[in-house]
Amino acid sequence: MKTLKEAKCGTTVKVIRLHGAGAVKRRIMDMGITKGVEIFIRKVAPLGDPVEVNVRGYELSLRKADAEMIEVS
Amino acid sequence: MPIKIALAGNPNSGKTTLFNALTGSNQFVGNWPGVTVEKKEGKLKGHKDVVITDLPGIYSLSPYTLEEVVARNYLIHEKPDAILNIVDGTNLERNLYLTTQLMELGIPVVMAVNMMDVVKKNKDEINIQQLQKELGCEVVEISALKGTGVAQAAQRAVSLAKSGEAVMPVHQFSEEVEEALHNIAAQLGNVPEEQKRFFAIKLFERDDKIKEQLQSVPDVEPIVKAMEDKLDDDSESIITNERYVFLSGMIEKCYHKRNRQKLTVSDKIDRIVTNRWLALPIFAVVMVIVYYVSVSTVGTIATDWANDGVFGEGWHLFGIGSSDYNEVAEEYDLASLKTEAYLEAAETAGLDTEALSQSIADGEVDQAALSAFETEASAAGITAEAEVLDDNGEVEETLPVNLDEFENAVAVSEPDPADYGVWVPGIPVLLEDGLNAIGCADWLSDLILNGIVAGVGAVLGFVPQMLILFIFLAFLESCGYMARIAFIMDRIFRKFGLSGKSFIPMLIGTGCGVPGIMASRTIENDRDRKMTIMTTTFIPCGAKLPIIALIAGALFGGAWWVAPSAYFVGVAAIIISGIILKKTRMFAGDPAPFVMELPAYHWPTVGNVLRSMWERGWSFIKKAGTIILLSAILLWFLQGYGVENGSFGRVEDLNNSILAVIGGFIAPIFAPLGWGDWKAAVASITGLIAKENVVGTFGVLYGGLDEVAENGWQIWASMRESFTALTAYSFLVFNLLCAPCFAAIGAIRREMNSAKWTWFAISYQCVFAYAMALCIYQLGMLFTTGAFGIGTVVAIMIVAALLYLLFRPYKEQNELKVKVRV
Repeated sequence: MKTLKEAKCGTTVKVIRLHGAGAVKRRIMDMGITKGVEIFIRKVAPLGDPVEVNVRGYELSLRKADAEMIEVS
Repeated sequence: MPIKIALAGNPNSGKTTLFNALTGSNQFVGNWPGVTVEKKEGKLKGHKDVVITDLPGIYSLSPYTLEEVVARNYLIHEKPDAILNIVDGTNLERNLYLTTQLMELGIPVVMAVNMMDVVKKNKDEINIQQLQKELGCEVVEISALKGTGVAQAAQRAVSLAKSGEAVMPVHQFSEEVEEALHNIAAQLGNVPEEQKRFFAIKLFERDDKIKEQLQSVPDVEPIVKAMEDKLDDDSESIITNERYVFLSGMIEKCYHKRNRQKLTVSDKIDRIVTNRWLALPIFAVVMVIVYYVSVSTVGTIATDWANDGVFGEGWHLFGIGSSDYNEVAEEYDLASLKTEAYLEAAETAGLDTEALSQSIADGEVDQAALSAFETEASAAGITAEAEVLDDNGEVEETLPVNLDEFENAVAVSEPDPADYGVWVPGIPVLLEDGLNAIGCADWLSDLILNGIVAGVGAVLGFVPQMLILFIFLAFLESCGYMARIAFIMDRIFRKFGLSGKSFIPMLIGTGCGVPGIMASRTIENDRDRKMTIMTTTFIPCGAKLPIIALIAGALFGGAWWVAPSAYFVGVAAIIISGIILKKTRMFAGDPAPFVMELPAYHWPTVGNVLRSMWERGWSFIKKAGTIILLSAILLWFLQGYGVENGSFGRVEDLNNSILAVIGGFIAPIFAPLGWGDWKAAVASITGLIAKENVVGTFGVLYGGLDEVAENGWQIWASMRESFTALTAYSFLVFNLLCAPCFAAIGAIRREMNSAKWTWFAISYQCVFAYAMALCIYQLGMLFTTGAFGIGTVVAIMIVAALLYLLFRPYKEQNELKVKVRV
């Protein structure tokens, strides 16, 4: 299983499924990361975490621990 | 009945700008009941009967964040007559996600598509007619920044509110989900027809918080479970998915984006500002600028002006003449030094100097006495040496003084600041003159001057510096850089339960904790903000430096490492507290997902920045002012009154004050810390007014001196008799970490917006300070002298407990536990 955490900078991936539950999952989905959406991984923060992605036309920052819950292809 | 319109929208959608444009200066800023979320209300310009409520900026109506729960409770219970939903036209899809939820509440909605000027500049197209049809609400194009379309949008909302027509959402989910929702809605007997869809969806999502708001909760679990099995996902995700699926389809019809391959301006800025190598240096530069201006230079000038000028002797208008005056004043000081040295030498040689000294002290030199003295001095051949002392009381320079020089020195008269530039006397000076003129009773004028005015000064003295800092914060926030700070610093701070944005409060806290605490307002997450408020004052602020200098100079021979060690203790206290507290019940209660939008950069408007600055400054004066004022007056009373010569009244000597009695009473509490002396206890209490008072109080109690230098070198010797290096360091650590000054406590009260949390914060700080000082003293004694007693056992137990609290496992909560009053 490949997750958003492992996706390389500068690539575009497609969300297959979201794991986890509750507040964090809902928040990630509220921000527009849902099944089938394309995510462009823009960069990693200078200290290695969090990551900045572009989704649905805007910039979003999320922690690697949370990115691990997002299964992508 | 006024018409109520709620303003709802995503963060960064221009909601605040729109609110300001709609209401002008007619605003009321407060808090939502019981929580730290800010609530703003205002009357619509030109409509006295229309009240606009600015809801917190939210992305969704989920039950997981404080802001969202506050907003939806308001919408369900207060039932505003209309919702004005502002959406960012440059980021339509995610903004409309909230719109789909607002549409389901059964309240008329008018949608204002903001930033239309930017959309048009990008040559993008939004088909407003189509949008209106797809969503089923009125849509108005606006630019909140330029003010276009704003009045029109408000007008639409007002007329819609007046018509009172309930709207039905038009958007549909997939057939099977619709069917399930329909079945749930059918079981909602007593819910008004227009709210049924909202409650049906919330029940389908298994939203616990919504059940509290229903009279009877139907059992819908079988329907939900069947749907979940069928679609292989949890019900919450099903609904979210459905919304975005609907939106993606709709966006294609309504939004025509010009081919967007090239980078936007914002992207280009971000390539540099959050660049892997440049981000940290740029961040450091920005922080240096903020610190340099708001703390070191302009901020200090402003604070000095407020404290020594407006609430002190007075000040030169525009600073003109100040430097000339200072030069002359310095000359005068040197002359006085020489005069004193000479007179002293003459006295030692047996000359009678009393009449002359007295007349010099009175400012009117008795010429007859002077010439008589000069004749005698010349006959006796008196010479003297004036010693110029440096900051540590060491002799820096010795100036020989002979009779001629004495004559010249005596002739130098004290300069009057009013002779240089335009001198504006300070408020205490003016008041004192006024009170003397009307023959006010001594005790009353003392209360007014030293109690009330000093208290008011303590409140307002911080304001100028604070306003300067708030300009920076407002700018950093509204231009978009603050979100980048969180992005850059998150990795470090989240380990201690703090936010990347906690950096600024802590940095400012090295100058003064009061604006530091107020700066925590920029942190959105409730838990991170509370944690920041509680720990910011652990950092040694400017007022604690004199205490450090006193201890370092008196007991450690001015060793270089004492001051850095104080900062180290402060940082360690923040880290330890952060880790411990985030695992406690009070903090572990709330989930804190760090999924944050990085908004596009843009220039903030001057009006918005100034307004934000003023709002924060004013809320400090209003909310923190009372606490600061009352505590300052109370302490003035405790210090100034007591039993002297057998009767109660105003006392001259602090030793006889009520405070000294209290000090004696509580001193045993500090005995395990190594300084159970009532004087140290009293000094710690007076430190609550302002931390530098500790040094002044020591001056009075140990040296009998009314005035000591900032580092108190005059009393170093007598302190060495009462303290050892170890007890002094324990005293230092306690005073660095315990409850901050009243001004900071007032700021904590303001930002916590809860008496319970304020008490919790203050108690925690005191207990923590006590535990740390105890460990330092007891373990220090064990290592240096081998003394082992009950205190040592307690210290070892504290260390063990601390280690346990630090390393015990914990799990992040997944549910919002904070109670939001309905």
